[in-house]
Amino acid sequence: MVVFDKPHALTDVPMHYCPGCTHGIVHRLVAEVIDELSIEGKTIGIAPVGCSVMAYNYFNCDMIEAAHGRAPAVATGVKRADPENHIVFTYQGDGDLASIGMAETVHAAARNENITIIFINNAIYGMTGGQMAPTSLPGQVTQTSPYGRDPKLCGYPIRVCEMLSELEGPEYLERVTVNNVKNVKNAKKAIKKAFQNQIDGKGFSLVEVISACPTNWGMTPQAALKWIDDKMIPYYPLGVYKDRSAKEAE
Amino acid sequence: MADKVLMKGNEAIAEAAILAGCRHYFGYPITPQTEVAAYMAKRMPKIGGTFLQAESEIAAINMVYGVASAGYRVMTSSSSPGISLKGEGLSYLAGADLPALVVNVQRGGPGLGGIQPSQSDYFQATRGGGHGDYHMIVLAPASVQEMAELTVKGFELADKYRMTSMILADGTMGQMMEPVALDLDIKPAPEKPWATRGTGMKRPHNIINSLSLVPEELEQLNLERYERYHIVEENETRFEEYMMDDAEICIAAFGIAARVSKNAINAARKEGIKVGMIRPITLWPFPKAPFLKATEHVKTFISVELSMGQMIEDVRLATECRAPVLLCNRVGGMIPSPDQVLDSIRKASKNGGND
Repeated sequence: MVVFDKPHALTDVPMHYCPGCTHGIVHRLVAEVIDELSIEGKTIGIAPVGCSVMAYNYFNCDMIEAAHGRAPAVATGVKRADPENHIVFTYQGDGDLASIGMAETVHAAARNENITIIFINNAIYGMTGGQMAPTSLPGQVTQTSPYGRDPKLCGYPIRVCEMLSELEGPEYLERVTVNNVKNVKNAKKAIKKAFQNQIDGKGFSLVEVISACPTNWGMTPQAALKWIDDKMIPYYPLGVYKDRSAKEAE
Repeated sequence: MADKVLMKGNEAIAEAAILAGCRHYFGYPITPQTEVAAYMAKRMPKIGGTFLQAESEIAAINMVYGVASAGYRVMTSSSSPGISLKGEGLSYLAGADLPALVVNVQRGGPGLGGIQPSQSDYFQATRGGGHGDYHMIVLAPASVQEMAELTVKGFELADKYRMTSMILADGTMGQMMEPVALDLDIKPAPEKPWATRGTGMKRPHNIINSLSLVPEELEQLNLERYERYHIVEENETRFEEYMMDDAEICIAAFGIAARVSKNAINAARKEGIKVGMIRPITLWPFPKAPFLKATEHVKTFISVELSMGQMIEDVRLATECRAPVLLCNRVGGMIPSPDQVLDSIRKASKNGGND
């Protein structure tokens, strides 16, 4: 009897992520959801530029590698090419989605584009070696904020879910994390809903996953998971920021 | 013979694209190409297609990238400053070997420039426009009829070679009205087994990608792409020759500059000056062979351009500097007059290019 198996939607390619990085968990959750909804054959995933740039090697569905920040625009094209038969998701980091690709994110949300976005917020640029992200916390030391992020010099971190929730367009916005078993289960529920919404034609669904980057945070994996509780969640509270269908059902 | 309809150049591009099976258009407003978007906005919803006004030129070209990845005919159009913004996307389309059609109805630059006709994006178009080693197939129409025909040809070549085709027009071509026959020679899109339309659980996943971190592999990809470009150069070079049989002076001109030059050539012939013209229809691949062959009897070449002299470099390369190449130009939205070109021809006739 098989009690634990690799989801079909994941390939056998070994992932390149650092020890303690939570990308692997989120990849698995996305793959489990694709399996459970039986949509692998019609799903097209869009990888970003950043640590998950090579996500196209890890998912078994058709994959596209987009230019930095442009995944929501690419997803718009793929979805509109055949709206009935394409399930489209993007998988993007904070630099990709909230800095260079902010315009594409906001306008895809405003159009209520019927796509699913998995947004990894780990408050740092990982791939390039730990620079300040649009979501880096005040005082956070990074390679490009060596004395700590000073909001007077470089502004305040952006709360994406809160910002997008002000728009009429999007269907569903939720912030989750994956730093313990309970939170992982909750994250999977949110990711599944974000895909189910697309299947049901409800529109733009974004799940922000507060994630750990022990390598660039300069912490042990364990300390990084604790840092999420101590530092990240107070600035980025977990929860549902918009759920139009649920609200309308009330 | 088919009935002709009176159309603006921009509208002819849009209608020809629809006839060629393009059902997805993404754009952003900019003068002087706006009629393409306006036409698409009216027509696409009625034929089950997509017209979407994107939030930026950058988003528009990336939406094109998405549809092209899924294997459908797709286009965007813009004018010079907007094409600069699309440069990133053009490079990615080339890197991922995706077919698409991009229209540039050029205006004067640099910067915001003006909104009157120009040909000053020649370098940008023929050298690729974005970063990295690549080319686009660059088509230069000189009539509204050619705007329609080359749009269809652009889709066909893009699909055939998995490249971006660019229609390099200008404000005059876009805005002028002429009768057009729309019984165009349209070849259906080929099968695209590489497209990302979902595996259907019937094949391994397809990946559309331009990333390659192993230098040996990236070098190989570049070499293979240039082998394909070489085939394009051999098979798809297009040009028109006008009164070249006995020509001692040869004008090189494309688009609106070629039309003006034709008038000047006719006038010069009446004066007994042996002048002709080679009009490149593909700017990339550039028609090198007819120019080199022309050096057997041509003593002077004149490049007539709406730029500070960009195509003139390709003429010099093609003619291997066997004869002088003069420049006759206007810029900033100005167009050379037939008299200005005629003066250049007369001077060349007297001095053979030596001032």
